[in-house]
Amino acid sequence: MTEKLVIVGNGMAPGRMLEHLFEAAPGRYEVTIFNAEPRVNYDRIMLSPVLSGEKTFEEIVIHGDGWYIANGVTLYKGHKIVAIDRAGKTVTSDKGVTESYDKLVVATGSVPFIIPVPGNDLPGVITYRDLDDVNAMLLAAQSRDKAVVIGGGLLGLEAAAGLKERDMDVTVLHVMPTLMERQLDPAAGYLLQKAVEARGIEVITKADTRAILGDKRVTGVELKDGRVIPASLVVMAVGIRPNAMLAKEAGLEVGRGIVVNPSMQTSDPSVLALGECVEVEARTYGLVAPLYQMARVAAENLAGTPEARFVHSETPTKLKVTGIDLYSVGDFADGDDREEIVLRDASAGIYKRVVLKDDRIIGAVLFGETADGAWLADLQKKQTDISAMRDTLIFGQALQGGTSADPLAAVAALADDAEICGCNGVCKGTIVSAITSKGLTNLDGVRAHTKASASCGNCTPLVEKLMTLTLGDSYNPAAVQPICPCTTLGHDEVRRLIKAKQLKTIPAVMQELEWKTSCGCAKCRPALNYYLVADWPNEYADDYQSRFINERVHANIQKDGTYSIVPRMWGGVTSARELRAIADVVDKFAIPTVKVTGGQRIDMLGIKKEDLPAVWADLGQAGFVSGHAYAKGLRTVKTCVGTDWCRFGTQDSTGLGIRIEKFMWGSWTPAKVKMAVSGCPRNCAEATCKDVGVICVDSGFEIHFAGAAGLDIKGTEVLGLVKTEDEALEVIVALVQMYREQARYLERIYKWAKRIGTDEIRKQVLENTARRQEYFDRFVFSQKFAQIDPWAERVSGKDKHEFRPMAAVPFPQAAE
Amino acid sequence: MGWFEIGALEDIPQRGARCVETPQGRIGVFRTADDKVYAVEDHCPHRGGPLSQGIVHGASVTCPLHNWVFSLETGKALGADEGALKTIPVRLVGGRISLALDVALAAAE
Repeated sequence: MTEKLVIVGNGMAPGRMLEHLFEAAPGRYEVTIFNAEPRVNYDRIMLSPVLSGEKTFEEIVIHGDGWYIANGVTLYKGHKIVAIDRAGKTVTSDKGVTESYDKLVVATGSVPFIIPVPGNDLPGVITYRDLDDVNAMLLAAQSRDKAVVIGGGLLGLEAAAGLKERDMDVTVLHVMPTLMERQLDPAAGYLLQKAVEARGIEVITKADTRAILGDKRVTGVELKDGRVIPASLVVMAVGIRPNAMLAKEAGLEVGRGIVVNPSMQTSDPSVLALGECVEVEARTYGLVAPLYQMARVAAENLAGTPEARFVHSETPTKLKVTGIDLYSVGDFADGDDREEIVLRDASAGIYKRVVLKDDRIIGAVLFGETADGAWLADLQKKQTDISAMRDTLIFGQALQGGTSADPLAAVAALADDAEICGCNGVCKGTIVSAITSKGLTNLDGVRAHTKASASCGNCTPLVEKLMTLTLGDSYNPAAVQPICPCTTLGHDEVRRLIKAKQLKTIPAVMQELEWKTSCGCAKCRPALNYYLVADWPNEYADDYQSRFINERVHANIQKDGTYSIVPRMWGGVTSARELRAIADVVDKFAIPTVKVTGGQRIDMLGIKKEDLPAVWADLGQAGFVSGHAYAKGLRTVKTCVGTDWCRFGTQDSTGLGIRIEKFMWGSWTPAKVKMAVSGCPRNCAEATCKDVGVICVDSGFEIHFAGAAGLDIKGTEVLGLVKTEDEALEVIVALVQMYREQARYLERIYKWAKRIGTDEIRKQVLENTARRQEYFDRFVFSQKFAQIDPWAERVSGKDKHEFRPMAAVPFPQAAE
Repeated sequence: MGWFEIGALEDIPQRGARCVETPQGRIGVFRTADDKVYAVEDHCPHRGGPLSQGIVHGASVTCPLHNWVFSLETGKALGADEGALKTIPVRLVGGRISLALDVALAAAE
């Protein structure tokens, strides 16, 4: 007979407990979960990447709705349990649902600590615990105004970095003299502060908050020394405390948290508790690794094997802010009986400190270079005598035992029980045996079977190295794809070598880079031709024989061998005169189909190749130039009517679109580039699915990029907001030039951006104005050689041979 | 079968092609990087693409419509695709190109 298991709370700990339970005792319990949050179980560690925009909520869901259905779990979303009746063995939710249980698991988590100062309940003061908090911060961040984060610990710094990514002006207030003082020594805290400040986040230490100011909503924070920091958003991240209220009211034994024994049993034998809400052997926990250990113990207890025991161990700390590497484990306070080994490299921003007692590691702090963290933590955990390697300990594992600096050697040298994934407590042996016994060949497989690297992802490089070690050459995650079978080199290497070796012709590239074929193929030649055009605009002679037919004849080949052509209509604006000219051409050459394109212009289809120059001559008379509808280059800039006509328009979107198109037409790019400018956030020009888009707002121009609406559908990323039209043009041009210089041939902007990282692009073309100017200037230079109308050129006789047969052999009577 | 002169080597760009209209259909005439000349029917057996508009590499051409690759020497499709083009005999004498065409038989009558 199935027993009834009720769980209060749906965080990561009970979620993991259920996974273990369903594996150990399938079908034993009928499970009901009450979740105060109106959603499924998600990875709370990953809220910071959601805040910064690196991930979406969907990406951090652990158990989707389907999981609950598949496992027969009843999930009450948005139901907060308000009472436990231990005598009657029932729980009741705030929405009035009462459920009886045989076993109850309390996993109410923690509540953020709110500092007791005046104004701490003003609108605009929020904590950082769940998705609702993140959503509130994202909403506030739209103002791009000032934010204050109170608390310079792990959570506070992640919140600050995320808000900065969202373009807020961020100040961190920390009451202690150095940041993260519980996990870092002062030296590392200092380096951390420098790194945080280098991202444009202001840090004030020894900042004691006196009051939060504001009338109807928050306007600033006042410190005890009288300073006032203005802010429209205040995030409180000063710590958490176990949420034990419900348990206390139910009469369970409660200290700082709900008191449980090492098998997660509360003072009531029918009630278990786990997670941040519990106190086990006088300790409370807030990091995921011990919570997952509790989950395993609780599951075994419920499955009827209550021998499992929770054992305390030091959990290493890592900061999840991209670009800041820090790692700390154990105890690193100074003491007479302790020795320390320190390594500093000021220019590289590296600091490493290992604290020893009786030739054993008791603590370690690494900043800037954290690859040896797992190894040191393992030595610490096992209390290994390190006297033999003391001299070289600080230089890391690679230097021990005379092994080379081979990055795999360090991983190979790890013991089988060395922990690889801290979040999920997965050790090396488990991963290796899963790879071999389950025949796993990719990272996703390892994640699915072992959970390693499935939470915060910091150990992914380690897991990948393990896979390389185990699978040998058959696993090569970063394998460079050669451009084509003519070479072993990938696009990036070829681009780099073209610049480095000053290669300026296709034969030179093939000779110097040891091409395996005499003159390449239809895959590599167009790529090389583009790279050379882009890198040496004034020196390289475009090789038309290495271009695809469309770019060679400046029209689009159709399935029957006829062509279509699209003249430019700047910004999608046309006139009666232009339309008349098109109508005349259509009549004169009996063009069978005329169609309006998605890019706001007119396509004429079914033109015989021989007729193309004559068609272009007539169109040229009316002022038309090529629309490059065939090119890996700038296609269209779609616009709406903006302030010219629209009652909602905030800027002259049509004017800006035309300006961009006139500035950028004719440029060759790695793949096609489609743009749009919308005059207001209603976005009638659909700018948010373009390679580059602009959304005009009252305060300026929001620049978007990396959208797609073809094979893939993807909304754009926001690059940033600029105030003037000139600046908008400059940023867009710089962005496209960066793409021209870095992307692989046929790689659209969204794929390139995914590879390079939105942050890096933003840094280079928005934040670093000097860099932006350089890109802009290089684009302008290159346009000198590119802005020549190819249709006009061909009307005046260029490439005649392309447009007519070489000869016609007539029927018999005319032969010879 | 008879030889028909169609023009000069210089009329075709290196690594390029031109087409010739004949009573037996359109023929693509190809010039390689090392000045060898080949002629094949200008009609891809896959979907009828005009091969004379393709990219010429080595002694092969890639069809502009769906990237089938053909040997100009044998007319056979290379790689995973199966199919063949009819090849036409070519003569290059003193920089002038001639094709051997079936139509010549009729013309000789």
